[in-house]
Amino acid sequence: MSSSVSEPMTSAQRAIWAIVCLVIVLIVVARSFVGHGMGRVYVEPKPMDFVAEVSESADGESASTVDWKQLPPTEFAAYVAANPGTETISWVEYDQVPPRSYFAQETAGGGPIVFSWPRTIGLWLAAFFTLAIFSFLYRDNPFYKFAESVVVGVSAGYWMVVGFWDTIVPNLLQRLLPAFSKEYLTPGMELPAGGFDMVNLVFLIPLVLGLMLVCRLLPKCGWMSLWPLAFIVGTMAGLRMVSYIESDILVQTKETVIPLYVQGDNTSSTFMLVWTTIWSSLAQILLVIGVLACLVYFFFSVEHKGAVGKTARVGIWYLMITFGAAFGFTVMGRIALLAARVEFLFDDWMWLIDPMQQREFITASVGLLF
Amino acid sequence: MQILTRSIPLFITAVAGVVMILSAFFPYTSDWGKFAGQFFNILAAFAFVLGGGNLLKLHLKKISDQRPGWAYSGVVLVCFIVTLFVGLMKIGAYPNPTYPNVHFSGETQGSGSMFWWFYEYVFKPLTSTMFAMLAFYVASAAFRAFRAKNFEAILLLGTAFIVLLGRTFAGVLATGWIPPDSAFSGLRLENLSVYVMQVFNTAGTRAIMIGIALGIASTSMKIILGIDRSFLGSGD
Repeated sequence: MSSSVSEPMTSAQRAIWAIVCLVIVLIVVARSFVGHGMGRVYVEPKPMDFVAEVSESADGESASTVDWKQLPPTEFAAYVAANPGTETISWVEYDQVPPRSYFAQETAGGGPIVFSWPRTIGLWLAAFFTLAIFSFLYRDNPFYKFAESVVVGVSAGYWMVVGFWDTIVPNLLQRLLPAFSKEYLTPGMELPAGGFDMVNLVFLIPLVLGLMLVCRLLPKCGWMSLWPLAFIVGTMAGLRMVSYIESDILVQTKETVIPLYVQGDNTSSTFMLVWTTIWSSLAQILLVIGVLACLVYFFFSVEHKGAVGKTARVGIWYLMITFGAAFGFTVMGRIALLAARVEFLFDDWMWLIDPMQQREFITASVGLLF
Repeated sequence: MQILTRSIPLFITAVAGVVMILSAFFPYTSDWGKFAGQFFNILAAFAFVLGGGNLLKLHLKKISDQRPGWAYSGVVLVCFIVTLFVGLMKIGAYPNPTYPNVHFSGETQGSGSMFWWFYEYVFKPLTSTMFAMLAFYVASAAFRAFRAKNFEAILLLGTAFIVLLGRTFAGVLATGWIPPDSAFSGLRLENLSVYVMQVFNTAGTRAIMIGIALGIASTSMKIILGIDRSFLGSGD
């Protein structure tokens, strides 16, 4: 399916590459001139206008507060005209709309929906990256290596940013620097009484440990990272020990100790009642036998001979069925992802499957019929 | 040095582990467990910083040595720095409408921001395509490795087929002729698939879960008691 990086390309492989690239370019060029074209994103602008409302303090001595009020565009213009000195803040947000909305607007003779350059460039870039990754199915190549490098860099940056805004800011900065956080980062937070809660000084510990962890990058201070590492390992060991004993040993054992006789739920006839009772009870019996047999297989302190060996063999059968089901699920999951990528290429990018994006309408119509 | 690199880390591990265990049993210590959990999250976030620093160090070295493929290291660094900058500075992110005067009040991944753009058009397509590509490799590996040469292999293959077919239209159509309210409705592929999952798969998974939990509990105990010190890199 793929070949080693070090192997140079043969002339035949170069020819295959050239043909594949040419075919893709030809398809894209041809598709661009058929019908409505392809690969464009349209957005609808949504103006966001705010005016400052200054309210004086009740005692007249403490500082006045400023509240921001959002106004619809028409009211905003009128308000600003009436109050020329008012402080205002405005920006425009853009909501993505399906291409059919834009085409309908054009047919009607104009409207607010506009073409979006940044999102269109993004769409084409996403298509390029998707094809670049898929190109590895043939063999390793510069397109794939480029995409691979991009995903490494972007992933590292992405998780650092998420870690900062989702963990460091709410768990550390808000506690150690509450006034600064409220002023510049998270204005919605509640300030503790007196501006600072002394209990939060305990969060200096993870700050110091965190800085010690980063010291691993310095050759002479590498040993300092062992302390936070020890904390992480110890915390996880204690946490996982309790949670696994509780949820995976006790709960699972409890779920296995169940009545082996289960009354069937189909009461349409006596035969069906007996039949479903047999099947439901058999399911419970097979479940209990299976758990015990698998546990016997995992019990390596006793040699798997005689009765233990036979029971362990039954355990292997159960495990094989489990692995088969896991394999089936994995394949299904991957194929679903693959279908999503193919749908992106052919629908979102090339507008081939549902160019007018009426699938929702069709699905709803079919749903109404049944 | 032995105290700094061995004794203190082992003490920290033991205290952190015992606190987490105690917090599950004594209401008074539940706050300790909560604090330790928050400390852990903060350290995990710092670990990302460590990862980023390591990435920088590794690729800068590769570029300075001009080793083969060093240009790709340049791509990694540029993407890393740009993503980090636009994310931390919330470039292009709209403020929260309740606090429009505070730039950083908006969502980091709010629609329209540059960080959102990177996530939507770079990170998401790349990662999902990489996972999607595994479909080909799983199918290829299965084609080469799966041979119905003994009873166990037949069980594995048969279950995989039943589970796969039971969740597709083709599977439902193949056994659609069996009346759904008859005594043999359990043989319809979609029902058979459910039966396999609820009985055999549950039994196997349950046993595996119990085995893993026992292993984790014993390993955790060894770590907390200082018997297993491999995480300190000593080779003990």
